[in-house]
Amino acid sequence: MEFLIATSIKLGLIAFVLLTALAYIQWVERKVIAHVQVRMGPSRVGPHGLLQPLADVIKLITKEGVLPPHVNKVFYLAAPILAVFMALITISVIPFGTSVTALGHTTMMELADINVGVLVVLAVSSMGVYGIALAGWSSNNKYSLLGGLRSSAQMISYELPMSLAIAAPLLTAGSLSFRTITNAQAGYSLGVIPHWAIFAFPAPQIFSFIIFMIAAFAETNRIPFDLPEAENELVAGFHVEYSSMSFAAFFMAEYANMVTVCCVATLIFLGGWHPLWPAAYGSNFVAPLIFAGSGVICISHGINYVRPFDRITLPVFGVVFLGLAGIFLFPPLVPVLMPLFWFLAKVSFLLFVFIWIRATLPRFRYDQLMSFAWKFLFPVALVNLLLTGFLVALVS
Amino acid sequence: MIDLLFFGIFAAVAVLCAINVVVQRHPISSALSLVGVMASLAVLYLLLGGEFIAMAQIIVYAGAVMVLFIFVIMLLNAGLEVRRGRSWMATLFGAPALLGLLGVLACLLVRWFPDSPIIKFGDFPGGTTKEIGMALFTDYLLPFEVTSVLILIAILGAVVLARKELD
Repeated sequence: MEFLIATSIKLGLIAFVLLTALAYIQWVERKVIAHVQVRMGPSRVGPHGLLQPLADVIKLITKEGVLPPHVNKVFYLAAPILAVFMALITISVIPFGTSVTALGHTTMMELADINVGVLVVLAVSSMGVYGIALAGWSSNNKYSLLGGLRSSAQMISYELPMSLAIAAPLLTAGSLSFRTITNAQAGYSLGVIPHWAIFAFPAPQIFSFIIFMIAAFAETNRIPFDLPEAENELVAGFHVEYSSMSFAAFFMAEYANMVTVCCVATLIFLGGWHPLWPAAYGSNFVAPLIFAGSGVICISHGINYVRPFDRITLPVFGVVFLGLAGIFLFPPLVPVLMPLFWFLAKVSFLLFVFIWIRATLPRFRYDQLMSFAWKFLFPVALVNLLLTGFLVALVS
Repeated sequence: MIDLLFFGIFAAVAVLCAINVVVQRHPISSALSLVGVMASLAVLYLLLGGEFIAMAQIIVYAGAVMVLFIFVIMLLNAGLEVRRGRSWMATLFGAPALLGLLGVLACLLVRWFPDSPIIKFGDFPGGTTKEIGMALFTDYLLPFEVTSVLILIAILGAVVLARKELD
């Protein structure tokens, strides 16, 4: 009974946070790309465009959903559901931090600690291609079909280097459970260098990490590998015929996949919730410092305001940030909040890299994409795995 | 108890999907039903405690092999299957022959394993990833390597056939 209650609470919390985050990642993406391109980005709806995601959601829900007459109805309607389902389900095996004790009951900060968690993520993400492939095929449209074909070929091709890149750090960790893998990366050599997989002693997994991230860009259909929806060749690729919520479902799936991939990279390669340097050197004070700094900057900008509404909004944000800093300094909460902060900080950094690269790199050509996967990435991943295995065998 | 419930659900789904593979007239529908069979089988492995096998089943069959099937069907743009009328032999003897075959199989199974205990779910020994890895690289090393070579030969054959087409 306790288990059921705890799981339902966690389920609700994770679903709420994840869905809100998906909406706001889009806001962050638009803002970051706008600033890279020296624009303002969304700034009309709410202070600094912060209510833009809400407005977008309302717009997408209330839009008319068009069912084109020439589509294969069953698959056309099932495809977006399949895509978003497969994208959201993987979050259930991702651990976010250490355990929480509330009302005398201790629970882990994840939905399910499965001892083949890594394989579950790989399996579900390999099923995610059906959503896109079916959407492309059932639309009965040449652009959609080409997009669907491209995505299935691309996903099959990039799954191989991705799995091989994950296999190498698994050799050093010796487990398939995310929690065990992350706990194996605790501690510091020489007192400061963390035992993260990318710095691990016998075989640093920095190359696996880079290969994994490149393959992850292809798996999530992000620029520079967004060939399935290349606007200048395929109009919008596999979702040309979709409108309203079914269109939004594909976007949700893309962002959810991005979040999952960043979580997996953080857990396997970047030491999960273990801080960059030991708590003895003050890693616990990073979060309060960041929030206090943001609060002070907000308040000072609010006092010397440029736009009239900044006089009200910025001090409010400043007080919120200062309050957050206070929460992070509250001693009973530190053992729970610190791992969560470090985990979320790493995931957010990786998400920022995704957005940053979208703002920076042009798109690959289709033949370049394929030959890059099979002639470069796959052999490099194989050699990397062999070398790691050799080094691990040599040391143990 | 809950294991039995899940077994019932997913065994039924597997059988229904398997029938659907044959009944459907469009290749894509058949292929997707086959994905359903694979996924239900994976759940059955999971109930037996073979978690690695279950995940490998989904990754390899549902995630890679069937995606390739669907890729090829989409690429060739295969249409609806044209059904010719069945022969009178099939309509007359099909269902009785199937029932007879299943009856014989059930009879043989009962005769061969008369008092075997009921399989307990999650009780399958050697289902963890580590045990499977150890078994593959100790007891079954030769079959494992021979299978790899066989697959390699198949890949080479496919490449040779594809190149001949190009010239």
